[in-house]
Amino acid sequence: METPPLLHVQQVTKTYRNGTHALTVLDAVSFSIPAGATCCIVGPSGSGKTTLLGLCAGLDRPSSGSVIFDGVRLNDLNEDELAAVRSRSVGFVFQTFQLIPTLTALENVMVPVELQGGTKAQERAAGLLQQVGLQDRLQHYPTQLSGGEQQRVALARAFVNRPKILFADEPTGNLDEETSQTIIPLLFDLNRSAGTTLILVTHDFELAQQTQRVIRLKGGAVLSDTCPQ
Amino acid sequence: MSTARSFSPRPFSYSWAWKMAWRDSRASRKRLLLTLSTSVLGIAALIAITSFEANVRIAIQDQAKTLLGADFVISSRQPFSVETEVLMHTLGGRQTREVSFSSMVYFPKNDGTRLAQIRALNGIFPYYGRLETVPADAAQQFQTGPYAIVDNTLMLQFDAQVGDAIKIGAFTFQILGMLKKAPGEAAAVSLAGPRLYISAHYLDQTKLIQMGSRLRYKVYFKLPPTVDPARFREQHLAHFERYRLASETVQERASSIGQTLDNLTQYLNLVGFIALLLGGIGVASGMQTYIKHKLSTVATLRCLGAQIQQIFAVYVIQAACLSVIGVVVGAFLGITIQTILPQIMQDFLPVRIDFFVAWEAIIQGIAVGLGIALLFALLPLLSVRTVSPLHALRISAHDLASDLASTSTDPWRRRLFVVLAVSVLAFAVMQTRHWSHALSFVAALAVAGGLLAATAHGMTRLVLAYFPSGWAFVWRQGLANLYRPQNQTLTLLLSLGLGTFLLLTLYLTQAMLLKKVELSGGGNQPNLILFDIQPDQEADVADLVRSFDLPILETAPIVTMRLSTIKGRDIADIRRDPDAADAEWALQWEYRATYRAELIETESLVAGSWQGHIASAADESLPIPISLEQEIAKTLKVSVGDELVYDVQGVPLTTVVGSIRAVDWQHVRPNFFVVFPTGVLEAAPRFVVFVSRVEESALLAAVQRAVVQQFPNVSAIDLDLILQTFDTLLGKIAFAIRFMAFFSLATGLVVLASAVSAGRYQRLKENVLLRTLGAARSQLKRILFIEYLFLGSFASLAGVLLALLGSWALAYYLFETVFAPDAAAIVGMVFLVVSLTIGIGLLGNRGVYDRSPLEVLRDDV
Repeated sequence: METPPLLHVQQVTKTYRNGTHALTVLDAVSFSIPAGATCCIVGPSGSGKTTLLGLCAGLDRPSSGSVIFDGVRLNDLNEDELAAVRSRSVGFVFQTFQLIPTLTALENVMVPVELQGGTKAQERAAGLLQQVGLQDRLQHYPTQLSGGEQQRVALARAFVNRPKILFADEPTGNLDEETSQTIIPLLFDLNRSAGTTLILVTHDFELAQQTQRVIRLKGGAVLSDTCPQ
Repeated sequence: MSTARSFSPRPFSYSWAWKMAWRDSRASRKRLLLTLSTSVLGIAALIAITSFEANVRIAIQDQAKTLLGADFVISSRQPFSVETEVLMHTLGGRQTREVSFSSMVYFPKNDGTRLAQIRALNGIFPYYGRLETVPADAAQQFQTGPYAIVDNTLMLQFDAQVGDAIKIGAFTFQILGMLKKAPGEAAAVSLAGPRLYISAHYLDQTKLIQMGSRLRYKVYFKLPPTVDPARFREQHLAHFERYRLASETVQERASSIGQTLDNLTQYLNLVGFIALLLGGIGVASGMQTYIKHKLSTVATLRCLGAQIQQIFAVYVIQAACLSVIGVVVGAFLGITIQTILPQIMQDFLPVRIDFFVAWEAIIQGIAVGLGIALLFALLPLLSVRTVSPLHALRISAHDLASDLASTSTDPWRRRLFVVLAVSVLAFAVMQTRHWSHALSFVAALAVAGGLLAATAHGMTRLVLAYFPSGWAFVWRQGLANLYRPQNQTLTLLLSLGLGTFLLLTLYLTQAMLLKKVELSGGGNQPNLILFDIQPDQEADVADLVRSFDLPILETAPIVTMRLSTIKGRDIADIRRDPDAADAEWALQWEYRATYRAELIETESLVAGSWQGHIASAADESLPIPISLEQEIAKTLKVSVGDELVYDVQGVPLTTVVGSIRAVDWQHVRPNFFVVFPTGVLEAAPRFVVFVSRVEESALLAAVQRAVVQQFPNVSAIDLDLILQTFDTLLGKIAFAIRFMAFFSLATGLVVLASAVSAGRYQRLKENVLLRTLGAARSQLKRILFIEYLFLGSFASLAGVLLALLGSWALAYYLFETVFAPDAAAIVGMVFLVVSLTIGIGLLGNRGVYDRSPLEVLRDDV
């Protein structure tokens, strides 16, 4: 029996209106991602990658079409229900790390657990920070960490709730090559051990080659959907 | 497919919101505290005033009997009739008599003379409280011999010492003590008319009690507890009315003082409230800047699954907690100021104030302060609710700014504005207890705010339209900072401008009033009045005045009289009419009428025809045509043709309103409510007033001295004395008012400090960029100096414009005088505000240039 897809994107279109002018960023995009898969969305600037990521993660709503995540049509949920979906099942890694500057590394990682009302937030966060090699940096604030360290904190935060799916938006976009080389294996290792579905948006061809599937976007439409391996 | 219900949000977790609020505030607590402390001064002002009011009210309650010095007082302008004496006897208890009048006093030691209020006592006074004198026993001893207790202002003015002589009329007394305080009288009373207490036994020897002397007879009663004076008066109301007896009970005195206190504290509270609102604007502005920095955090939290209400709660908790700290600090400051207020107001307080903490007032102040601070803080916080989590993916200042802009259509924002307006109105109603006054206050506030906002807008538009592109870089950059994104021009113009406006309006109005009095004696206007001249002294006094080469500019005979009937209706009957409440004073008034054949230059006819003379052969049954001043005619509700009967010292005179005059009261000369034609009052008991003009002060003193020495019963009043009295009184009142208005300006400066602190980070980044591009530190400092120079100038000029408008309106509509603003005061105010703005601006940004560009750029990451 075929595994039902964890994420199912059906004919999703996103149009932005500015007065009388309409700009279609995504045009009838469809694909499905099974649970546990790794997928990369690539494409030139302005092709709609980040917009698609936002729609898949329930950060925005499509103009038409639907996004079904874990059997739930996200279009039908209100803001708080979407927040609940993100809190329980979604992890994020951002290009600009998006750590909360007023919280320590440990507190940043604890936030998703606390939002869920989970127990042992501190232990779980500390454990993950240890996994990413930052056991000595628990009480440091983001400004006291290097870019690579900040992204490792972000990785720990993304996995702390054991999400069903992880969205990573240009995770190495703000890092030098050397640092990227340490972050990428960490991302895939954590993903593998957690059994998380990974959706990656990147320009980095090398990074894209490491996923099971690559969806190419151009002009808001799917140009190709391939499996590199 | 699962139902949406399976992803229903978790119940709202307050514990996380509290935890997050605490953590998130760590880096910005100081700045937030400064932002929320902009309301501290307003809260302090409110709590100080309300607590002080509570202190005074308790003092009035506790010292009620000492306010009157007796249980009951009956007074009359005439000696008490036999019937009255019998009636007063039935009251029982103990009685003390007092005769009071105004007279010149003379200090032989240095030839000083001044008009004073003489109080001749016969018996114990006061029954409650005490006459505070130095030495203390003088109050008990002065009735034992030819002694006087003299008001301290008078003694200071003439450098008199205890033991010196003081001449009142024809008799010389020895000064036994200096009067510090009399029961129920504020110290300011002595400024208008310094008081002297003597024993009534020596009254005759002063030879001042003559026909036509303006005396007041008083009896102070100490009554047995069983006697209720108010009831007694009620029972004998007819007698009181018939003999025109005035009276006062302890409760009436306390209530009238309470009413005055109410008016004063209401005004001061509203001024304090303005400071609080200005602080509120500071809170809103500071929170706006704070929240702008937090939008990226908000977007991230939303990505991580935080609910909108949870995130909103985080920032509301921060605002609330820091507001509470601000409010508590405000309360402590308020209590401290409360301890200072009795010293500032002591000249106007008839009671001794014992300090106590008025919890009710403090709780009320805290509630109002907290409410206002939170309402203003909520305005920018609402934008947290509209931040899209998408911004965590695509951070752009433009997108975030558009999120903020979108809140302008947020219905909650409109609701919040309504709540704010209703709260301000409710507070105003609570203070003024009148809808109309409260609405006027709110409308005036809105107009002032609107004008200042329009000025701010206009000024920035002007700068944009006529931007001096040819100016040097530092000037252009400093000027451009006024309209750059996230500028705080409007906030600062509102807060500093309103403070400037209030302070300057008060100052300009005070200066204008003084000028008005000064001008009234300028040119060839009279500046010396001699009064209480008996008819047989008229020629001699005139000779004396002329011997100093001074002119007699005007002579006015004065006859005292009271109204008996108006349009056939008895005065006692009219007084019972509730509609006549406003005319009470005019119905009771002892009129000092004159008679003459012509109108004088300060008068003009507005109705009827002037009849200046009645031939002695005229029909005595016909009413006498008199001329009434227009305001008194309005108060008495009479017009031309109406009949009035006057009681001229026992003789009824039937008159008819023949004409109505407008009188210019703004000159040092005798003006009259009632003018009779000649040929009627010549035989009535009267005294005469002379009006003269003296160019030199020395001559003014010399002529007064000569008059007092030769004619002790004649009193003199001169423009210098009026000016001096007016200036001192006005100065004391203005100081109390300015003390409160100061809170507005001080709040403005705190708002400035908060705005400087809030914008510090942005400025840091800008400076680093400029330094990276090659700007020298001195250039950056100059840019900052220029920005605050313009900001201070614009704010003070906006305040000056509003103050000019306000004081012009007061001059034109209220004081009916020519508006002549004091240019020096305006320049001084502008200089003060600009200096303070630059000072605080530079102080708040100290250290900005010492940070290394790398450090700042790294922080930014």
